[in-house]
Amino acid sequence: MTTLGPIASHRRQTDRIARLLLGSGTLLALVPLGLILYYLVIKGIGAWSISFFTTDPTGRFFGDPGGIKSAILGTIEMVGLATLMAAPVGVGVALWLTEYGKASRVATLVRYFVDVLTGVPSIVFGLFIYITLVLSGVGGTFAGWKGSVALALLALPIVTRSAEVVLELVPGSLREAGLALGAPRWQVIARVVLPAALPGIVTGVLLAIARTAGETAPLLFTATIVKATSYDLGGPMNSLPAQIFSDVGQAQDRLVTRAWGAALTLVVLILLFTTLARLLARRSALR
Amino acid sequence: MTPGLKEPMARPTTTTPGGRMRESKMKPVPVPEHRARSVKLEHLSAFYGDHPAVRGVTLEFRPNDVTAIIGPSGCGKSTLVRCVNRMHEEIPGSRVEGTVTLDDEDIYAPGADPVAVRAAVGMVFQKANPFPTMSVFDNVAAGLRLTGRKGRDLGARVESALRSAGLWDEVKDGLGRAGSALSGGQQQRLCIARAIAVEPEVILMDEPCSALDPQATLRIEELIGDLKGRYTIAIVTHNMQQAARVADSTAFMLNGELVEFAPTDKIFTNPGDKRTEDYVTGRFG
Repeated sequence: MTTLGPIASHRRQTDRIARLLLGSGTLLALVPLGLILYYLVIKGIGAWSISFFTTDPTGRFFGDPGGIKSAILGTIEMVGLATLMAAPVGVGVALWLTEYGKASRVATLVRYFVDVLTGVPSIVFGLFIYITLVLSGVGGTFAGWKGSVALALLALPIVTRSAEVVLELVPGSLREAGLALGAPRWQVIARVVLPAALPGIVTGVLLAIARTAGETAPLLFTATIVKATSYDLGGPMNSLPAQIFSDVGQAQDRLVTRAWGAALTLVVLILLFTTLARLLARRSALR
Repeated sequence: MTPGLKEPMARPTTTTPGGRMRESKMKPVPVPEHRARSVKLEHLSAFYGDHPAVRGVTLEFRPNDVTAIIGPSGCGKSTLVRCVNRMHEEIPGSRVEGTVTLDDEDIYAPGADPVAVRAAVGMVFQKANPFPTMSVFDNVAAGLRLTGRKGRDLGARVESALRSAGLWDEVKDGLGRAGSALSGGQQQRLCIARAIAVEPEVILMDEPCSALDPQATLRIEELIGDLKGRYTIAIVTHNMQQAARVADSTAFMLNGELVEFAPTDKIFTNPGDKRTEDYVTGRFG
């Protein structure tokens, strides 16, 4: 006769070991994250002040080095424009792949190239834009919009891939329900499939924004590093990563501190933005 | 020119006598003139790749009748009804041979628009599939909005469809709630309301009760009885008792072929084919 006896001790042992391994692995992964945030706050918070956010870098060797206003605004402008370019195109490609291309040969090829694009180092995008748009002198030399194009190229595969994944998750029964009502396919896609996938698509776009906002390489030789605040995407433009890049290599402590402050600003900016967008996406969802 | 397939808006102007009597409580709504249409399948075959799921079926769904299609799993009954609103072709690699006519219009004619066919032939699926991002109201209005037919009387039409589906009293105070928050049976009736809101002439039901409890099933069956005065209804079911309860005619399918098509009484009491008899008496399937 079998009894519902106590769990065998070796199974208890195995369970304990497995839990320990998984737990310590998680902890280990959290350590660098914690350290990064800790150092950012410790080193960066000291640089923060009102004038830090409201003045441009002065470039003076002595005296006040100035703040990072031009970098913050430049990043927002260029990343904003890059998102405006990459998000519609990326979502469009993803829609084509899931709703029309499906398993066709062209679609497989497109998917493959999108994957390749994901793996391209960001400096390559920068070089590409440098050669095609900066050296050729299209609309001047260095320009914010050229930086945006480089960032958009970087964001495009991220948006496409993440959007495709969530669009695939929309149940086929919803598409069928829409089509069976006598709705044209584009209506079904626009009013049934897209809304159902929207929270996931937004997450993917956010991911791309967070990624591009922190990129230095594509901006160095497209938008370059300048001091003054600019609202003209047609001219050179400062950005947070570029500012950090230029400051952190300086011999003056004040500039290195400014780099830390800028880094903290960048992280907080992305965090704020992500939280805001998530709240908006959640509010638009139906209860 | 025959009205219909190329212009979903153009509807024949005959009324079904008494068709709108049930809604006497409501304010009069200018609902388009409406009548059920017959569906004729002739030598219909449907394929998935090279595999024939339906083989040369000829049968008719008569107007204002309920036709049940019964048979064991995989006999092609779902595929058969999906050919009637051209949903079968949504599956990659699928193919249809033979003809399906809606009254006298060939829905597979070279110029026939599948979108118009589907507007005329509504469908209710096995698993209730309300649009998850839409409220109860928007779900019912979806068909009208998606087909570009929302008029000023949208609210009245939604109410009328919900009443016809027997759901109005249960949801009238929560039209803004998510459609997916309703119970399973209510969701299925919501899907029926959504289908009839676009005023089709034929309604196909693909095992509409298979995921529902007996109580909810009974509600849907009563509803089918109510609706047949205005629509041609075909219902696929693996539940023989259900076919016996709701259908005027019953078709028995086996391995993609139509074995027998006769009045429901005859199928269940005096079947003409040995295989039908074996199936309805529970000897297989």
